[in-house]
Amino acid sequence: MSNNLNDLKATKTVDARSMACPGSLLEAKKAIITVNVGEVLEILSSDQGSREDLPAWCKKTGNEYLGHLKRDGYDSIFVLRKK
Amino acid sequence: MPDLITLEAKIKELEAQVDTLRASAPDDKLSMVVMSGDLDKLLAAFIIASGGSAMFEQVSMFFTFWAIPALRDPKKNPPAKNFISAMFGKMLPKGSTSLKLSKMHMGGMGTWMIKNLMKEKNVLSLEELIKKAADAGVKIYICEMSMELMGFKKEEMIDYPELKLAGVAKFLSDAGSSKSTLFI
Repeated sequence: MSNNLNDLKATKTVDARSMACPGSLLEAKKAIITVNVGEVLEILSSDQGSREDLPAWCKKTGNEYLGHLKRDGYDSIFVLRKK
Repeated sequence: MPDLITLEAKIKELEAQVDTLRASAPDDKLSMVVMSGDLDKLLAAFIIASGGSAMFEQVSMFFTFWAIPALRDPKKNPPAKNFISAMFGKMLPKGSTSLKLSKMHMGGMGTWMIKNLMKEKNVLSLEELIKKAADAGVKIYICEMSMELMGFKKEEMIDYPELKLAGVAKFLSDAGSSKSTLFI
């Protein structure tokens, strides 16, 4: 996978910044089925727990966690839909 | 050269073993018993349940004892009850909005403060979490025995799409085939 997340183009971005746990998970679950297999979903989250939660969610659901980029007061989290 | 007939027999044997393993493997389910009637513990239960709906194919919550009043709908009037049941009804919380914190309730001050803090920090209220759980298809079962014991009726419970009465066998059968089981 590209090790430069900055070059990554997400097919869709969902904003979970106004949500505390488990908001980002629920948004990820809702949004992942709106992109095709092989496409990237970007989740914006201001909840630092998401850095642990989304990798765990990916592992459980069989998707690939690509990493996160630190932004100003939130993270951009990238998930590749695998199935 | 291994002989084909032995190989075929081996494969058959392995297939049978895989079938047995599959049948005994847990389903992708999370089951929890919710016994506490404390606001903080119910928040935890519903955060885990709604988060769990993104991780598991099925999430079930079994409400028993002190947790049952949290599911009462304050707008609904229960059918006529005997004296003791009516007393229970009066003394126990009438729905999710009248629950107390297990610690630092401080005559209502602490609970009021935590509810305000939750709003400020974008934490969903218990009512919103119940709605999320409903939308995500989380199943709620109420223990019929303890509900009857406390004198509550199903008619006074909230409108929730997957709310049913059940007994211990239903919980045990669900828990037995679940990947995770919690008691709150």
